Amino acid sequence: MNNSAAGTSSGSGDVSAPRRNSNRPKYSRFTQQELPACKPILTPRWVISVFTLIGVIFIPIGIAALRASTNVVEIVKRYDADCIPGNNTKAYRVAYIQDKNIDKTCNITLRVPKDMDPPIYVYYQLDNFYQNHRRYVKSRNDAQLKDRGKANDTSGCDPEDASNGSPIVPCGLIAWSLFNDTYNFSIGNQNLTVNKRGISWKSDRDHKFGNDVFPRNFQNGTLIGGASLDENTPLSQQEDLIVWMRTAALPTFRKSYGKIEQNLRENDTITVTIKNNYNTYSFSGKKKLVLSTSSWLGGKNDFIGITYLTIGGLCFFLAIAFTGVYLVKPRKLGDPSYLSWNRNPSGR
Amino acid sequence: MVGDGLTISREEEEEEEERSLAPLPSSGRHHRRKSSASAASRDGFPNPAHVRHLSRTETERLASSQRELADSNSRIVFIGDPGGSDPRFEIPRNSIRTAKYSPITFLPRNLFEQFRRLSYIYFLAIVILNQLPQLAVFGRGASALPLAFVLLVTAVKDAYEDWRRHRSDRIENNRAASVLDPQSGRFLSKRWKEARVGEVLKVLANESIPCDMVLLATSDPTGVAYIQTINLDGESNLKTRYAKQETMARPPGEDHPVDSAGVIRCEQPNRNIYGFLGNMEVDGKRVSLGPANIILRGCELKNTAWVIGVAVYTGSETKVMLNSSGAPSKRSRLETRMNRETLLLSAILIALCSVVAICNGIWLGNHSDDLELAQFFRKRDYSDGDDKKYNYSGIGTQVFFAFLMSVIVFQIMIPISLYISMELVRLGQAYFMVRDANLYDESSNSRFQCRALNINEDLGQIKYVFSDKTGTLTENKMEFQCASIRGVDYSGGRVSSRDNGEAHYILAAGKHILKPKMSVKTDPELVRLLKNKGDTEQGKRAREFFLALACCNTIVPLVVDTSDPKQKLIDYQGESPDEQALAYAAASYGFVLIERTSGHIIIDILGNRQRYDVLGLHEFDSDRKRMSVIVCGPDKTINLFVKGADNSMFGIIQNKVDLSMIDATKANLHAYSSLGLRTLVVGMRELSRKEFEEWQSAYENANTSLMGRGKLLRAVASNVERELHILGASGIEDKLQEGVPEAIESMRQAGIKVWVLTGDKQETAISIGFSCKLLTEAMTQIVINCNSEESCRNKLQDAVAMYRKFAVISPDPFENALTGTGSTKVSMALIIDGISLVYILKTKLEEELFKVATACDVVLCCRVAPLQKAGIVSLIKSRTEDMTLAIGDGANDVSMIQTADVGIGISGQEGRQAVMASDFAMGQFRFLVPLLLVHGHWNYQRMAYMILYNFYRNAVFVFILFWYVLYTAYTLTTAITEWSTVLYSIVYTALPTIVVGVLDKDLSRKTLMKYPQLYRSGQRDERYNLKLFTLTMMDAVWQSVATFYIPYLAYRQSTVDGSSLGDLWILAVVILVNIHLATDVFRWYWITHVAVWGCIVATLICVIIIDCIWTLPGYWAIFKIMGTGLFWLCLLGVIVAGMLPHFSVKALKEYLMPSDIQIAREMDKFRRMNAATMEIQMNRFSTLQL
Repeated sequence: MNNSAAGTSSGSGDVSAPRRNSNRPKYSRFTQQELPACKPILTPRWVISVFTLIGVIFIPIGIAALRASTNVVEIVKRYDADCIPGNNTKAYRVAYIQDKNIDKTCNITLRVPKDMDPPIYVYYQLDNFYQNHRRYVKSRNDAQLKDRGKANDTSGCDPEDASNGSPIVPCGLIAWSLFNDTYNFSIGNQNLTVNKRGISWKSDRDHKFGNDVFPRNFQNGTLIGGASLDENTPLSQQEDLIVWMRTAALPTFRKSYGKIEQNLRENDTITVTIKNNYNTYSFSGKKKLVLSTSSWLGGKNDFIGITYLTIGGLCFFLAIAFTGVYLVKPRKLGDPSYLSWNRNPSGR
Repeated sequence: MVGDGLTISREEEEEEEERSLAPLPSSGRHHRRKSSASAASRDGFPNPAHVRHLSRTETERLASSQRELADSNSRIVFIGDPGGSDPRFEIPRNSIRTAKYSPITFLPRNLFEQFRRLSYIYFLAIVILNQLPQLAVFGRGASALPLAFVLLVTAVKDAYEDWRRHRSDRIENNRAASVLDPQSGRFLSKRWKEARVGEVLKVLANESIPCDMVLLATSDPTGVAYIQTINLDGESNLKTRYAKQETMARPPGEDHPVDSAGVIRCEQPNRNIYGFLGNMEVDGKRVSLGPANIILRGCELKNTAWVIGVAVYTGSETKVMLNSSGAPSKRSRLETRMNRETLLLSAILIALCSVVAICNGIWLGNHSDDLELAQFFRKRDYSDGDDKKYNYSGIGTQVFFAFLMSVIVFQIMIPISLYISMELVRLGQAYFMVRDANLYDESSNSRFQCRALNINEDLGQIKYVFSDKTGTLTENKMEFQCASIRGVDYSGGRVSSRDNGEAHYILAAGKHILKPKMSVKTDPELVRLLKNKGDTEQGKRAREFFLALACCNTIVPLVVDTSDPKQKLIDYQGESPDEQALAYAAASYGFVLIERTSGHIIIDILGNRQRYDVLGLHEFDSDRKRMSVIVCGPDKTINLFVKGADNSMFGIIQNKVDLSMIDATKANLHAYSSLGLRTLVVGMRELSRKEFEEWQSAYENANTSLMGRGKLLRAVASNVERELHILGASGIEDKLQEGVPEAIESMRQAGIKVWVLTGDKQETAISIGFSCKLLTEAMTQIVINCNSEESCRNKLQDAVAMYRKFAVISPDPFENALTGTGSTKVSMALIIDGISLVYILKTKLEEELFKVATACDVVLCCRVAPLQKAGIVSLIKSRTEDMTLAIGDGANDVSMIQTADVGIGISGQEGRQAVMASDFAMGQFRFLVPLLLVHGHWNYQRMAYMILYNFYRNAVFVFILFWYVLYTAYTLTTAITEWSTVLYSIVYTALPTIVVGVLDKDLSRKTLMKYPQLYRSGQRDERYNLKLFTLTMMDAVWQSVATFYIPYLAYRQSTVDGSSLGDLWILAVVILVNIHLATDVFRWYWITHVAVWGCIVATLICVIIIDCIWTLPGYWAIFKIMGTGLFWLCLLGVIVAGMLPHFSVKALKEYLMPSDIQIAREMDKFRRMNAATMEIQMNRFSTLQL
């Protein structure tokens, strides 16, 4: 009120004076809400076209995805149970795996079901391992991994932040629990070389893990979680660690172990010598070894193909169903006789 | 009936005055005044110069008979002595402060203001929870971001507004005032903020008045000053204020020492701008002061060279500052409904959290043996050697923590951004309503005003409209139409279409030509009668009639220049449009009021200038319903002229006169009011010297009394207004506003019931009802005008019986009223008057009245008082869920406007009180149609959709988080980064919903105006109800399932890391909800395209930026995953699978069960039906009905 008291000067007293300052809103298509607009309406033609179009797009994709998936050759071998001899109680298995004095080497054989062309990816798969557990996923310190000077920065790494009074590099539960089973492959007497280079992301090697940061005081605690690291190799070259530290999204996950860069023939028998070190027995986790070729879609997974086929089929069905509806109950669009006040003129 | 709005405001003012006096204790402590001698030596003959502002009067006798202003409750002001007036510096100086904050208090006060919203407390509690290390789900920064963002936006807005207030305060405070310096006796320039109570100030013409001042002297020798109060109450006409003769004689200043200037006693500061009470002691005499003696801050001085006054209220105590309160705050229906759904969402939230917490407990229980060694859990902390547990304190506590953490993670189930989005959307909607050229009123140069910003959407759900008549349905621009003089009807001016613009008189005044500003069509016969037959009885009466019209008023003639230097216009300024009309009529017939001072008026009677001394004036009041003036003409005869409402006038006429003349007058009056004219009866009486003296002493006594002055004056007036000769009657047309009948018809079709509440007579109300097509001949009228409760009951029972009878004939009268095709067989109109309402409201009959009134199509209430108007509104409001809207223009509509759900003020002729009290203000009644049917419909539809969409979009996101939590051993991990979680509702998806909420239009303006029936969708709550909410939520659950599980199943047993999958999910959900919005958008403007697609791009950019921060675990994840084909297939699959149900159901519903709006949209688009075939269609159906 006061503002207007200060500033108003419109001379309404002298009424005859013409009002020059008109308040009429300036015309523009914007202020009058008359901008050009497209008014889409779901006409039968549109609805049927949309459904048909989706069907036409989805079914070929679904077929292609399914073919890609079936072309992938995948060998999955669970070995955690096989690699523990004899008695099968949980307590025994845990005691077995924790005993440092037992040699845990174990041999399994794999049969190649189909020709596999290189690169053949070697994965290990853990089931029931919650790498996305809240306590676990937070227990790391990225600054320490990257910067040599921040070795003492172990915040967030509880309970694996320090051991014997000095900081652990790399600290945290994730690094501590690094997977430490190893695999050696051979066909007959011929060793299959596994290329362990380039299994991690280049971006991680270049920017996340420092090339001048070396492991220190690692795996020196009371409880051994997993692998030890070579103290003379910088973290940026510890590819297993880098792969491991990209924590998996789901409790069942695969991690790259390496690549085999030679052909495997159908019915080849591969002997795998496993060092069965990693303790998944305490929480009944499964360990699997996976050899797989890859396609443009990744590994073997029929789901996406089936989904696309289902959606595509459903859309075709809907297109037909809607056509039926439009034929059975034709309605002229925009016919005013359908307006409610025209439909029930006499109040029933 | 002189200006029904205005009179009531005056009445209120008097009541206010008395009320403010009543609680004063009758203190006998200070009776100095009583002892001062009565020096009242009255002149034998009236001295015109001071009659009106009684000066030398016997205040003594009156004072002793009344309680005085107690000293403890009054302010004592020593004129010219600020030190004495305010010795302890307790009274604030004249600096004002409208700004709320100072730089120091801004933060705490603003935060305090903001946290008065309950929802903010909820979000704050969550932020605080998250700060506890045990519960920290998000990083500290991320968790506080949304709340901080919302608070910051509001704070910046507040700070900007406050800065503007600071600036205007500074300008205002530093304006220059001239203040009298007691030493030198000269007026020196001082800044406004330094002025103090007791100081004497001088204000020149066209200057603003710096503080509330009591007038001491003016440039006019009679002490008159004219002020314009447009900034105070918005009334643009000039008001007269008077300085007292005592101080007029020797204004403080150079010639007169200020020491003996006097003392003023007045009320403590209050906000009544129409009341002031005080007295002034000058030279031992006491003079009473009233509202006419004070000029208020915010007014401007006009047509007066200068005034001198003493400051009595300064700064924050001035009446204008005490009255500056913000716009009223109401809560919209939709927002109230929304609270119910918010509660439901809270229940869902608690359910989700409970599921997570319980599952967490079960998981811990099942795995209790494993946790010791499981690498991902590590129950024990070995690092320090001792056997303490790491971050684990038993299942019970873990469950509790899990619950709280899930509340933190799932908090956005209650959408925080919705509140700020709603405010922004309403702001945008208001912008378009204000800018709408269709709501601009040319005649008053006023735009639509949005005074309340939070009930825009209520405009789309109105069921009842309560309308004032005068000034709302009608223009309140009165035009004199007919006169009945001595029973002879002269309505030639009305009938003749001949332009007789030259008939009004042009007066040569010196070298100027004076012309009344407006001319009235004159009746040629009457003009001839006045000119030529002045000596016949009829001619004499006619002259007296117009003389009465010219002088019996409070009009101030102003001479204004025109572009032609030789011509000047006389502009009649007055508070009542009726009086203006009568004065212009008199001028057109040759009785031109040229000049008014406080003591006399000059009237040019058919070319001769005559001076009439105005000896007394009894203002209009609603008890007497008349006003009178006592004038002494050039021939020294003293005449009383009275004009008033017919029923009040016929009670005080001289009995012995010609009865046939009175009957003829009554017949004419009836004819006039049947035409919808406002009628007034004019009478006069010649006073004898003795009568005059009696009257004068009583009048002066009454005028100087401090207590109950109004009542005393009324008594004096009633005493003298008797035994009148009836001169005649006038008929004034109050023209209907443009487009009113069409507007009412549109609203009727829209299912809106229009009730007219007026102070007018029943006949006038009915005739206006017919002329604005509210009433039709086909309607059955139920008239209730009774004088007792008993007869009211009988009438109401008859009415109930009648509508029951009709109800038997037609099965459902309500349905008929709803279909509103205008030709239902039994439409009824209820006409009820104020006296009956007195017996009905607040008694058991109220319920009966409600039944009858809601069964009727039209309700007309006549002769109702302002509070009764509010009573009728609350009758409906308390008994139904229906939304009510009140529209009015006068002070008498204020209570009704404030009671209704939506109050609309017409910025018209009767001042601005209605506008000040309203939520929306506009220039014309007919704007109600575009306002409700177009803007109201749009606003409701947009806001309803926006609320549902906000609920939906946050629910989808929360459910996705929830599904993921099921695969993390129930530990509240989110694959989506915490930053994306936080940004989701405030950045990724906020803008499109705001843009759609402001711009989207389901139907074009043209269609909405053409088919008012479409408005009913809002009345039926079609766009926001529990069913829609449930469906939307089901859709949300399905979409979250599709979004979560397609990638989940596709990436099961793969090398994918959490961040990559999280990126896929966040992109999928943002695209999905935006596409969902896109399918529901009715109109795609380029802005909509930019907002929707831009938002998706912005999300992608944000995700990329987040993934470029190397310290975050998701470094480079988006680039990796975007490089795979599976990502794109998942994205496409999610969107299509997510949209399938929504799209199919929408297509099916729009085709098989089209709503009216859908049909209208199709018509809008295809325009297959042209108007002609449409009409035929409509007619066919309406004939079918009959």
